Amino acid sequence: MHAIILGQGKSVYHLARRFISKGYHTTIISRDAAAARNFSRKLKATVVHGDGTDPGVLEEAGARRASILVSLMMEDQDNLVACQLAKEMFGVPRTVALVLDPENETVFRQLGVTVAISVAHMLSQIIEEQVSYEDVINLTSLAQGKVALTEVILTETAPAVDRELRELGLPRNALVATVLRNDEVIIPHGETRLRLYDRLLILTQPGNHGQVLRALLGEGE
Amino acid sequence: MSRYVIIAGCGRLGSLLAEELSRAGDSVVVIDKDESRFARLSSDFSGFRIHGDATELEVLRQAKADRADALIAATSLDNVNLMVAQVARVVFHVPVVVARVFNPAREAIYRRLGLRVVCPTKLSANSFLAALQEEE
Repeated sequence: MHAIILGQGKSVYHLARRFISKGYHTTIISRDAAAARNFSRKLKATVVHGDGTDPGVLEEAGARRASILVSLMMEDQDNLVACQLAKEMFGVPRTVALVLDPENETVFRQLGVTVAISVAHMLSQIIEEQVSYEDVINLTSLAQGKVALTEVILTETAPAVDRELRELGLPRNALVATVLRNDEVIIPHGETRLRLYDRLLILTQPGNHGQVLRALLGEGE
Repeated sequence: MSRYVIIAGCGRLGSLLAEELSRAGDSVVVIDKDESRFARLSSDFSGFRIHGDATELEVLRQAKADRADALIAATSLDNVNLMVAQVARVVFHVPVVVARVFNPAREAIYRRLGLRVVCPTKLSANSFLAALQEEE
């Protein structure tokens, strides 16, 4: 397994360490000479000093054998071109690009990048979800953010306490998957009555996440 | 017929194209993230200037890219031009899109992807070779 990472800085360093520990043969391409020297001293990785958006440099870095390329440079256009060249010229099956302008997330996917990640978008989503409810823990998001798995705790103010699931008017395409009550694990159905301090694992979509939280916990602060 | 043309990059090439097209009667919008480059445009340029980064969707929206007949990506950076051209084509459905790409290796692959690409490096190499042949 061969991974290529483009960029400089700590995130490249730590990502490379992860790949190496998972057994990937890892190559880093960095435009910055000092960063490249630093990587090659500290990591068991092949380090190439050069422009990862140049086809010749990608070839030299072994792009033909790579199963994944992750581009973490600080300009959106560079990450796009690196991913496109990797895919179209060298047949790299999975490409991941960092995007700085959140609007580019969808555009990059349209243009053939496998996964485009906007830090600004992720942070603002997390902040939005965290500020309103204290009893909500966002566990993970699946299917590129289309489904979220969230844990909520029913406290005194929650309208769902002492009511059956079916009375809550939850939207059809959301699910209370599990109820954790003391040490008991309950797979709930419509007649399951919720109790104070129940911990619920819920599956929601971005369009109904807020609605589900309101039905279970009431209005946030 | 007058066309609506967007030009990204107001360097030597961008400003030259903007003036020629404007003189020929097209309505032209020039985008550059360095405002001082608009000084290259002569006083008889009758088009619009937008100060902004053409790789931002918002800036292309401001330039009304959805209504453009053509877009020319003529900044000094290959990757900027390649991105702006593809966004114009895929997001804003601009019918004619041309990108300047200096690196011949990049040019070849994007041409294969269906993008219209002008490679100054190749063009001038060809001119030099032709000049040499005339001498023989």
